[in-house]
Amino acid sequence: MRLRNPFGRKTKEFPSHLWTQCPTCGEMLFNKQLDRNHGVCQNCGHHFKLGALERIDLLADPKSFNEMDADMVSSDPLGFVDSKPYPERIAAAQAKSGHRDAVLTGDAQISGIPVVLAVMDFEFMGGSMGSVVGEKLTRAAERALSERKPLVIVSASGGARMQEGTIALMQLAKTVAAVARLDEAAVPFISVLTDPTTGGVLASFASLGDIVLAEPGALIGFSGARVTSETIGEKLPKGFQRSEFLLEHGFVDQVVPRAQLKERIAFFLNAFRVASQDLRWSL
Amino acid sequence: MSMLDRIVGSRRASAEANGHLPVEAGLITDATQLASGRPTPWQTVQTARNIARPHALDIISRVFERFQELHGDRAFRDDPAIVGGVAELAGRPVIVVGQQKGSSTEENIERNFGMPYPEGYRKAMRLYRLAQKFHVPLVTLVDTPGAYPGPEAEERGQAEAIASSIQLMTRLAVPVVVVVLGEGGSGGALALGVGDVVLALENATYSVISPEGCAAILWRSASEAERAAVAMKLAGPDLLETGVADALIREPAGGAHTDHDATAAAIKTALVAQLDRLSRVPVADLLSLRYERFRAFGTFLEPNDGTAPAPPQPWWRRILRNPLDKGGL
Repeated sequence: MRLRNPFGRKTKEFPSHLWTQCPTCGEMLFNKQLDRNHGVCQNCGHHFKLGALERIDLLADPKSFNEMDADMVSSDPLGFVDSKPYPERIAAAQAKSGHRDAVLTGDAQISGIPVVLAVMDFEFMGGSMGSVVGEKLTRAAERALSERKPLVIVSASGGARMQEGTIALMQLAKTVAAVARLDEAAVPFISVLTDPTTGGVLASFASLGDIVLAEPGALIGFSGARVTSETIGEKLPKGFQRSEFLLEHGFVDQVVPRAQLKERIAFFLNAFRVASQDLRWSL
Repeated sequence: MSMLDRIVGSRRASAEANGHLPVEAGLITDATQLASGRPTPWQTVQTARNIARPHALDIISRVFERFQELHGDRAFRDDPAIVGGVAELAGRPVIVVGQQKGSSTEENIERNFGMPYPEGYRKAMRLYRLAQKFHVPLVTLVDTPGAYPGPEAEERGQAEAIASSIQLMTRLAVPVVVVVLGEGGSGGALALGVGDVVLALENATYSVISPEGCAAILWRSASEAERAAVAMKLAGPDLLETGVADALIREPAGGAHTDHDATAAAIKTALVAQLDRLSRVPVADLLSLRYERFRAFGTFLEPNDGTAPAPPQPWWRRILRNPLDKGGL
């Protein structure tokens, strides 16, 4: 029998910097292994949220991502103050996430196919779309159009950024107008919905991909549960607004496990490559 | 000069250069033209929601002649929260689509308080396509607390319906004039809100989320709605400043609810003038100007000309480097 020092510090069995508990199956997951598995529980397949950089590692070919508009930061158009001024919230989010705003955009290659890739990060103010996200995505779409490269957007967002008021709402129209031009020009646009994609982001570009893919178990819906319950005084059933629910109702094309996401995107890009190349010659 | 001033300044300049600012008398294009002693944002929210305010059909019957309503989205059902059809404006055909609130509790229940379901937006899109097909200008009337957020709406793809509707409007090859009558509630309003000219009644509001919803999320209590309404800048003068509305339509003293006829007359004058002007613009120009109009929204800073700033150095590197810089060590 091992004797324990009654005065010594009790060591935690699973310190949180080493271990993460899976919220679905309760299994304790070793962080290093979880990272190697791209944030998927090896026991039950639960998909943890993935940061933008990890997502780029997952999808883009090694060292192929070349960020654009990396320095763009938000200003405070309305002088918005809730419990904290908006600039303070941005500074806090920048410190927490290490990004300047909620999306990274740039040129990349996916299985050798050149694309314009945009990846949202939920860590930054809930991935909310304000002026910076709207402008970066619009520029990404415009670049995709002018270079006739497919656009891939990976969404993870709670919706429009309330701190920018109606200007944030107008980003819906701005981004949609940009992807509408891709649609007309037959430049492929693949939209990947990850946990969570809700509100103004789902009600704009994210729903409009030529192909819409979702990760398993992701929360995807128009209105957040809290807004709904405040507005209509009803509680929403559990398991509602998940990827599989949207698949069943016909609003996503496929639910794709993270491990297969890259090859699946590459497959669709390859299939549509013919069209965009034909058009390039005719210009 | 504040950031907002600069942005607003640039938006103003480009709008004028495009011939996009409505110049007709009676329209308010500058916040300074508004009477002093403006109602507070929260009072404006209440006015915009006043049950006696003229709603879409009240306006349609007074502004247009020979309105014939068209029903149904051809897929699921007819949504009573969105009305639309073919009508004549000063003798010329137009397609008009609007969100319809009720003027009594019973009617409001029937109209779902002006909160459309996805099939409502799909009906709207059907009418937009009709307008495009037959080269008839489109007028939309925005008045909704928001798209209906219930479970059935989610099942039938509320987000997709709104996104598609916005997409269709951005590329619709006919003149589009939007009039915000009362509440411009978020994406549910924007689905009818993408036009060449966006007008708003003096006491209309346009916001990313209802003040109650904003308060529920940021203050975690819907009772802080009054504070949220101030912070969100959703009322008339703010809409002019941010360029969300190109001009405001004057309401009778006391508000639109006191005189439906006078309100409708002001709207009619504005619509006739705008459609007259827009119908002379070639469609290709119309589409690129519409793109630029919405492309221009946003304020941001680019301190480093698009390249990433150097990553911050770790503390020990900063300490070590300093003596080296001075030629030390």
